[in-house]
Amino acid sequence: MSIDRREFLKFAGASTLLGLGGITAVQELLKTSAGASHVMVDEKALSAKRWAMVIDISKFKTEADYKNVVQACHSIHNVPDIGNPKDEVKWIWTDTYEHTFPGQGNEYMPEGLKHKPFLLLCNHCEQPPCVRVCPTKATFKRKDGIVMMDQHRCIGCRFCMAACPFGARSFNWRDPRPFIKEQNPEYPTRTMGVVEKCTFCFERLAKGLQPACVEKSNGGLIFGDLSDPNSEVRKVLSTHYSIRRKPEIGTQPSVYYIIGGSENA
Amino acid sequence: MYNSGKIITGLIIFVGLVATPFFYNSGKTSVKPEPGIDTPAIRQLAEKQCVEPREFMKANHMQLLNDWRDSAVRDGSRIYVNSQGKQFTISLQNTCMHCHSNKAEFCDKCHTYANVKPYCWNCHIAPKENKT
Amino acid sequence: MLEKALTGSKKYWVWIFFLLALIGIGVINYLRQFSYGLGITGMSRDVSWGFYISQFTFLVGVAASAVMLVIPYYLHDFKKFGKIVILGEFLAVASVSMCMLFIFVDMGQPMRIMNVILHPTPNSILFWDAIVLNGYLFLNIIVGWTTLGADRKGVPPSAWVKPLIYLSIPWAISIHTVTAFLYAGLPGRHFWLTAVMAARFLASAFASGPSLLIILCLIVRKVSKFDPGKEPIQALGKIVTYAMFANVFLLGLEFFTAFYSNIPGHMHPFHYLYAGLEGHAKLVPLMWASSILAVVALILLINPNMRKNENILAFTCASVFISLWIDKGFGLVIGGFVPNPFEGVTEYWPTLPEALISLAVWCIGFLILTILYKIAVTVREETSSWPELH
Repeated sequence: MSIDRREFLKFAGASTLLGLGGITAVQELLKTSAGASHVMVDEKALSAKRWAMVIDISKFKTEADYKNVVQACHSIHNVPDIGNPKDEVKWIWTDTYEHTFPGQGNEYMPEGLKHKPFLLLCNHCEQPPCVRVCPTKATFKRKDGIVMMDQHRCIGCRFCMAACPFGARSFNWRDPRPFIKEQNPEYPTRTMGVVEKCTFCFERLAKGLQPACVEKSNGGLIFGDLSDPNSEVRKVLSTHYSIRRKPEIGTQPSVYYIIGGSENA
Repeated sequence: MYNSGKIITGLIIFVGLVATPFFYNSGKTSVKPEPGIDTPAIRQLAEKQCVEPREFMKANHMQLLNDWRDSAVRDGSRIYVNSQGKQFTISLQNTCMHCHSNKAEFCDKCHTYANVKPYCWNCHIAPKENKT
Repeated sequence: MLEKALTGSKKYWVWIFFLLALIGIGVINYLRQFSYGLGITGMSRDVSWGFYISQFTFLVGVAASAVMLVIPYYLHDFKKFGKIVILGEFLAVASVSMCMLFIFVDMGQPMRIMNVILHPTPNSILFWDAIVLNGYLFLNIIVGWTTLGADRKGVPPSAWVKPLIYLSIPWAISIHTVTAFLYAGLPGRHFWLTAVMAARFLASAFASGPSLLIILCLIVRKVSKFDPGKEPIQALGKIVTYAMFANVFLLGLEFFTAFYSNIPGHMHPFHYLYAGLEGHAKLVPLMWASSILAVVALILLINPNMRKNENILAFTCASVFISLWIDKGFGLVIGGFVPNPFEGVTEYWPTLPEALISLAVWCIGFLILTILYKIAVTVREETSSWPELH
C-alpha cells in the first residue's frame, strides 16, 4: 500500500488527536493483554457516605494526650520534623482557641479554655475550595467525603494553599527525607515540591482500621459516618453542642468540636 | 557554491552534534541486563509468578503500576484480581517490593541500562537491604 | 524579518549581552532552586505565594494594556496610533512570556506542568488562565507579525487577520479578569474577596501598561530614526490619566468598605500593609512609597500643561509604573496572606536567589522586547519615507 503525502498528513493528524485524548494504539493493546484482571475494594474496608470526626476537647487533659495523637499520625505517615515554621509540614497539630476559631472568642471566656490547646487538621469540607481551584485534580473529593491528595499528580502550584481557609495544607519547600527520624517502610514519604495534608487515614480505612489519631485518642476523637443516624458521631453530635471552624464561609467542615462545659474551666 | 565555507563548516558541526550519542556510548560494553529475582521472599514461593505472567510484566509493568496507582489513590480500590483470579493488595512498597526486595538487582539493572529514571523512589521507600 | 535583529549598533549588542549575562546569573540560581526546592525563596507555609506570582499578576496587566492601542486604532479608527500599535502588541508578547516564566519558576514540580493539559480541570481558574494566556500570546504574535510584514511590503494586512484583531480585544480583557478571579474567588482571604478585584486589575493595567509604553516610545525615539510622534504619546498620556484615576478610586472603595464596615478580617490586611500589624511592618514603607507616587503622578497627570511636557510626562509615567508595581506586583499578593488563617502574622521578604531569578525573567522579557522592537523599528525606519498607508 502506498499513501501520498496528503493522506499521510491526515493520518498523522488523526493519530495525534487520538493521542491527545489518551487513546493511543499502544495503550489499547496493553489493556487487552491482561483482560481478565480487575480491581476491587477490600471486603474488610470501612465505608461511609461522609466520613466525619468529632473532637471532644474535654477528653484532652494532659500534654501527652495531644502528643500521642500527633505522634501517631506523623510517625506512620512519614511527616518530617523540619523544625522551623517556614518550611514546616504538619497534618495534625495544636493551637489556641483564639487561633482555631478566629473572632469567636471573647476576653471573658474561661481562662482554662483560653489557653487550652485545640487539635487542628484538614476539615475534609463538603464544599472544599482546595478541590475547586486545583488545576490538575491532584486534590479531589472521594465519594466517602475524604478530600484526598494524589501526590503523583501535584505540580506544586500551591493554589490549594491559598484557597484553604483553615491553613491545613503544607508544602514541601525542600526534600523532606533528611527530616524523617524513623521511616515507616509501609507508607511513602513525599518528594520536594508537592503539597500534602491529612487524608483521614484512607490507607487504614481501606484495611478496616480507624484513623491512627482516633485509635490513640482514648475516646477524645470520634470517627464515623455522618450520613448514618446510628453512627457514633451522629449520636455524639445529637447530644452535645458542637462548633465548627469558620462556618460562615460555607465550606461545611466535617470536623466538629465539642468544647465541653465547666470541666474545661 | 555561495558561502560554501560557512555551509560546510556548519554541516560538519551539525553532524558532529547529532552524532554525540554514538561517540558518547562508543567503546562501552552493553550486555543485556538480566534482572535478579533471587530474594528470600521469592525463594519461598511455591509457584514463582508475579501478579501477572512474566512476559506480561516485562512488557507492561509500567502501565500496570500506573493503573495500580490510580486505582489505589484515586478510586480507593486496593485489591487487584489478576487474570487467574488471584488477589493482591495494590501497593508498590508493601506488595511489589515485598518480593522484589532487591531493588538494585531488580529495578535498577534494566532502568540503568535503558537510561530511564522513574521517580517512584523520590517518595516510595525502597526495601532496607538495598540501601546503597 | 527576524534577520533585522541580527544587525545593530555597538550599543545594541552591549545591551543584548548585558541582558544575557543577567539571564545567565538567573539560570544558575534557578538550577539551585531546582535541586534544593522552593525553600530557597522567602516563601513559607503561611505566605505560600511570593514575588514570582505577584510579578506574574502585575505583568498580566501590562500585557492586557495593548488593547488600549488596539481599541482606539481598530474600533474608533484613531489613525494616530497606526505607527505604534505594533509596539503595544509586541509589549504584550514580551509581558505574557514573562508571565508564563514566572508561573513556571514558581512550580514545585515544573516537570509535571503538562498535567494541566493532560488532566484539564474547568473548575480551576488556573486552568483557564493557562488557556487565555497562551491564546493571548499567539494572538499578539500572529497579529503583530503579519501586520508588520504587510506594512513592510506596503500592502494592507491580509483579511484573515482582522477577526483575530477583534478577538484580541475581549481576549485582553479576559486575561486580566481571569487573573483577578484567581484571587477574588477564594473564600478565606478577606483582602482578595472583593467584587471590584477584576475592575481594579483592569484599571491598574491600563495605567501601568500605557505608562511603560510611553517610556518605551520615548526611548525608541532616542535610539532610532523612528519617531512614534507627539500626538500618540499625548493620547496615551490621557489614557494613563483616566486609568490611574479609576485605579486610585477603586482602591479607595476597598478602604471604605473595610474601615466603615469595621469588620476585623477586612481591616487587618490594610493595617498590615499601611501601618503594620502586631509589630510587623516590613511592607509599610513600600506601600507608602506607592501611595505617595500615585498621588504625585495623579497631580501631574491631571494638569494638562504638565502632561504636555514630555520630560515631566516621562517622570510621571515612571511614578505610575513604580507605584503600581509595588501595589499590585507585591502588596496585593502578600496582603492576602497576612494575617494567616489563624490570625497570626508571618512576614515575607524575597531572598537573593529569588530576586535574581525574578530579575532574569524580567531580562528575558526585555530581551524579547528588544528583539521585537528592533525588528519593528527597523521596518518603520525603512517605510517612514513612504507615504502614509492607512
